[in-house]
Formats: sequence, C-alpha cells, structure tokens
Amino acid sequence: MSILVNKDTKVIVQGFTGKEGTFHAEQCLAYGTKIVGGVTPNKGGQEHLGQPVFNTVKDAVSSTGATVSMIFVPPAFVGDAVMEAADAGIELAVIITEGAPVKDMMFAKMYATKKGMNTIGPNCPGIITAEECKIGIMPGAVFKKGNVGLISKSGTLTYEGANQVCSEGFGITTAVGIGGDPIIGLSYKQLLPLFEADPETEAIVMIGEIGGDLEIQAAAYIKENITKPVVAFIAGQTAPAGKRMGHAGAIISGSAGTAAEKMAALEAAGVAVVQSPADIGKKVAEVLAKK
Amino acid sequence: MNVHEYQAKQIFAKYGVPVPKGYIATTVEEAVENAKKLGGKVWVVKAQIHAGGRGLGGGVKVATSLEKVEEFAKEIIGMTLVTHQTGPEGKLVQKVYIEEGADIADELYLGVVLDRAKEMPVIMASTEGGMAIEDVAAATPEKIIKVAVDPTIGFQGFHGRELAFGLGLPKEQVGKFIKFAAALYRVYMENDAEMIEINPLVKTGSGDFIALDGKMGFDDSALGRHKDIEEMRDLTEEDADEREASEYGLSYIALDGEIGCMVNGAGLAMGTMDTINYMGGTPANFLDVGGQANAQTVAKGFEIILKNPNVKAIFVNIFGGIVRCDRIANGILEATKLVDVHVPVVVRLDGTNAPEAAEILKNAGIKNVIAATDLGDGAKKAVAAAKGEL
Repeated sequence: MSILVNKDTKVIVQGFTGKEGTFHAEQCLAYGTKIVGGVTPNKGGQEHLGQPVFNTVKDAVSSTGATVSMIFVPPAFVGDAVMEAADAGIELAVIITEGAPVKDMMFAKMYATKKGMNTIGPNCPGIITAEECKIGIMPGAVFKKGNVGLISKSGTLTYEGANQVCSEGFGITTAVGIGGDPIIGLSYKQLLPLFEADPETEAIVMIGEIGGDLEIQAAAYIKENITKPVVAFIAGQTAPAGKRMGHAGAIISGSAGTAAEKMAALEAAGVAVVQSPADIGKKVAEVLAKK
Repeated sequence: MNVHEYQAKQIFAKYGVPVPKGYIATTVEEAVENAKKLGGKVWVVKAQIHAGGRGLGGGVKVATSLEKVEEFAKEIIGMTLVTHQTGPEGKLVQKVYIEEGADIADELYLGVVLDRAKEMPVIMASTEGGMAIEDVAAATPEKIIKVAVDPTIGFQGFHGRELAFGLGLPKEQVGKFIKFAAALYRVYMENDAEMIEINPLVKTGSGDFIALDGKMGFDDSALGRHKDIEEMRDLTEEDADEREASEYGLSYIALDGEIGCMVNGAGLAMGTMDTINYMGGTPANFLDVGGQANAQTVAKGFEIILKNPNVKAIFVNIFGGIVRCDRIANGILEATKLVDVHVPVVVRLDGTNAPEAAEILKNAGIKNVIAATDLGDGAKKAVAAAKGEL
C-alpha cells in the first residue's frame, strides 16, 4: 500500500520535451513510473521517449486516461499549466518548477480546489511510492520499500531523511516533498491522515523549516488524530533572523515561525523531535522498536 | 526585492493613492532646490534606506526654513543610520527625500500582505498608526482589523466598509477611506507585491487621507513581468557578497562562525548548519548552490566562502537529486585550480552519480580534501578540522 500514487498510476508530463522535463521523465520511466504521454503545445502528434506528445492536457487525458500530471513548464507558465490540468480532469498535479509567481499560484490553487484537483508543490521534488512510482526529481535509488511515510518541505532533506531511514534497515511507503513556497498544495495536515489510514505505514517522518505555521497546524492535528509515531526535524535553528523591511506576515499567522516554536509545539503533541537531521534514522528505529 | 519610500510613493501615486508632494535628492544643493520647488513653509527631510525606524534613528527631520532644510540634508546625507531593522552596523544614507509638510490630525496604519493560511491577500488596518505594527499585535491585537480579499472577486465595497467601520471613522470619511483602500489593493495585486505598509496613514485636518510613509516589497519570482519595478532595484542596499553569489545562481548569507558550508537545497543547507552547531561547531555561512550547480558555480562558491577570514574549514554537503554529484566533484577540482583553498575541505557527496564523484575525487588526490560518509560524519569531521584536530 501507499498514498496517492502507485504502480498503476498513469502519469503525463507537462513541459515534456524541454530539457528538464526530458531528463527527469526519462529517469521516472526507468524507475518504472507509468508515464503514458506528455504535453508540449505545437508538438502534438510527435513521439518523445517512446510516448505520444499532445498539444493540450485535454487531448492527453482523453487518449491516455492519465490521472496525474507532472509539471516542468517554465515559471511564468506554471499557473496556466496547473489550471489547464484541473480543467482537463487531472486528479493530482505535481508541480516541480521553481520560481512560479505567488499570485499565479494563488489563482491556480483556487481553481484546482474548485475542480477537485489536488496539487503538490510548486518548487518541490515531487512524490515517490518506493519501488513503484516516482513522480519528480528525487534520486530513486535512495527510496527502498518499507513502512515509513515521509513528508518534507525541503527537497534535499527528503532524500537525507529517506536515506537514513533505509540505512537503518527500514524503508519508505510514500515520500512527499511538499515545497516551501508561500502557497503550496497538499500540506502536512492533508497528508498525515492519508498515512494514518495506510495499513503499511507504521511511522511518519515530518521535516519542516522556519517560516509560516504549517508545522504548528500539523502539531495540533497530530495531537488529536494521529496514533502512529511521528519523528520530526525543523531546519533553521541556527538561521539568523532576517533583516526584513517588516514582519507583517508573522502577525497574520500569529506565530513568529521560529524553529524553537515549532519544535516545542510538535514535542507537546507527542512527536519525537530531533535536533539534527543526522539523527532522523536512529530516532525512527527507536520509535519503531517501542511499538 | 524592496524599494525605497520615494519609489513606493511613485507607484502609489500612479494608482491614485494620495501621497504628499516630494522630490528625491542626492546632494545638499539638490535638497534645497527641491524644497524651493515645493514651496510652502514646512518640509520634511527623510533618509532613504531600506529599513524601518528611520525617525527614531535621526533620519527624518521636520524643517521650518530653507536653512534648516540645508542643515538637515547635510546631517543626513552620508550618515550611517542605525535602526532596529538595520542591525548594529547601520546603513549609509545616500539619498534624502524632500517632502511637503502634512497637516496631521490623526495617524492610522494600513497594510496589505499575503495570508498564507487563507491563501489570499489580507488588508490590515489599525487606529494605532505610527507604532510598530508588531508591537500593536503583541499588546493590543484587537486594534488590528484584518480583512481577507478573495482575488477572484477582488476588492468590494463590503471589504472597505468592514475596514472603515472597524476603524470607527465618522460617516463623512468612510467613502474616502474605502477609495484609498481599494486603490492600495490594486497596487498590491497589479504589481505582484509581497507586502505594502503605510505607517502612518495620515488623516489631515480637512478629513482627507494621505500616505505619509510607504514600504513595498515585491515577489522576486514575478519581477520578470515588471520591468519598471526591476529598474528601481538599489544594489547598494544589498550585501555585495550575497549579490555576487546570486549572479551565479548561488544563495549566500554570511554568518559569524568558523565553518564554511556549501550545500544543495535551502532545507539541507539549514539542516547542515544546525548539525554543525549540534556537534559543537559554528557555521560561517548559509550557501545553497541550487539545482543548476556546475564546476564554475562551485568554484565561485569556494571563492566567496574563502573571502571570509574567519573560515577555518569548509563542509561540502551535497545530496544530489537534480544536482549531479560528479559535477560538484569536478567543481571542487576546478576550484582548487582557480582559488587557493587553504583550509581543510570535508566533502560528503550522496545521491545522483555519487560513485562517479567519489572516483573523480579519489583520482585527483587533492590535499586538504577529507571524504565523509554521511551528514553526521561530515559535520563531526568539519568541526574537528576547524579546531585543527584533523
């Protein structure tokens, strides 16, 4: 079992024929992901990496039956691409592109929600169900199949966390890199219940960062709803306070978004919090041994 | 990206947000000329730096004669202004804004910022103008009115009424205030602003509203479609090393420790700093080489890290996803040819093409390079190396 994606998930790639899209789609295919086609406007009818290219997502969906789209289009076109996917009936858009304008994501996410499409990212490594389906840019070999679910804002800390879990002799069910932009798709709070419900997931690793208050919301959710052990790390304990022009953003959330505040909230919710990402693996072994 | 007060006010004016008349000056003569051009009897001489709290630091002065304008301009241009937002080193003032005096009956606060939880812009207003909004939020949060605006419907009359009645404005001022807030919302949306703050927003004796101050920050990812705003960038307000790094796709922030860090990804970079700290060392910088790292950018990274005389060791920590480890390994080789790497370099390369990278480094046999097996091992070795124990 896993969450959101598995070996049968049919995936298309928006921005299929570009440099990044090509390189990573190739890696995903090699991993075993069912990439059934891609979209690049004006290149419809061609073949790329042995798969059909379409002009629109609608064409791609009606020809291939894909339910997930992996998005690699340049930043200025991300909003458009996400809305096109939602309009075409895609169920999950995984947005890898870095540097999408916040305003575009604001509108795109509202439209996705209206159309019932989930999003992951932008500016994220994607989602991987170990040894079944990789939709993103993570090094697939790191993710061995196992019993630990992983959610992380940071891309490279996703790999770091998974690598440690696997070095300790455990493995990953599904790992999701949610991205750290101001507006993101699925977050801890939406993913935690999926892992709670997944029979194969026995523990959850949650990796956060300074800024925003998603981790604080997650802590409150965990306290009330999650029975499986959770191990967490918050990056940025040593980050200097930014020399910003104002701190109006922090006033809205009612939280300063510091690592200390988030770590305390998670600890109070019964989460095993580590001070260094180097301890994630050991801590997972510890909480699983206690079960 | 942030802009100066006078630039924010230029943008406000374009959208019909009322601002006092003013002109920017870089010399004392220009400052006096500007005051003459404005006419009147009262002028305000305002230091232009990217930080709040300028008044308290002595960077804002009210002049009641042209002689006073000259005196204050002399005082302020070239001064190093220290405020609670500049850090103790302060900022050099290179420009002053000469503005007509305003008839202040009352001071309010008005701001627009993204509400991350609601995922839409929120307009904040308060009767406590002139105070730091952080302090108002801490002491009297009920005095801040927050109205979120769904961008799919835009700013409507009811948003404005919620703000105006929330502030307790008399009925003859409600319409004027709503018009002001509506214009400010347009400024925010149409320019891809990250935040706008007007503090204080002044109510004049005649019951008009005017933006006495103005702060704006913009979404860097959207600057490509706002060439006019991009042109407002003041490079002297940015740290020279951070700027140089960004030209090479590197994200660099100097810190005051001893171990230079070169990492891919902001999260892992912070996690690496945290681990160094946890192991008893101190990070000298944050450096994210980004997803496009190659030999040239890595060499540049070494150069920037080594400019810092406090650096006693460097920890290169790469977990390759997009970044291919062999490219980083080649970058390290390249760097040792271009830059005098005189401190020990602990290298941990994992992920995409890690075996190839290990091979490259092994064959090169560079002195000073110490291989590490994982994050914990690398941090431990870097801390030991910085103490001269390796």
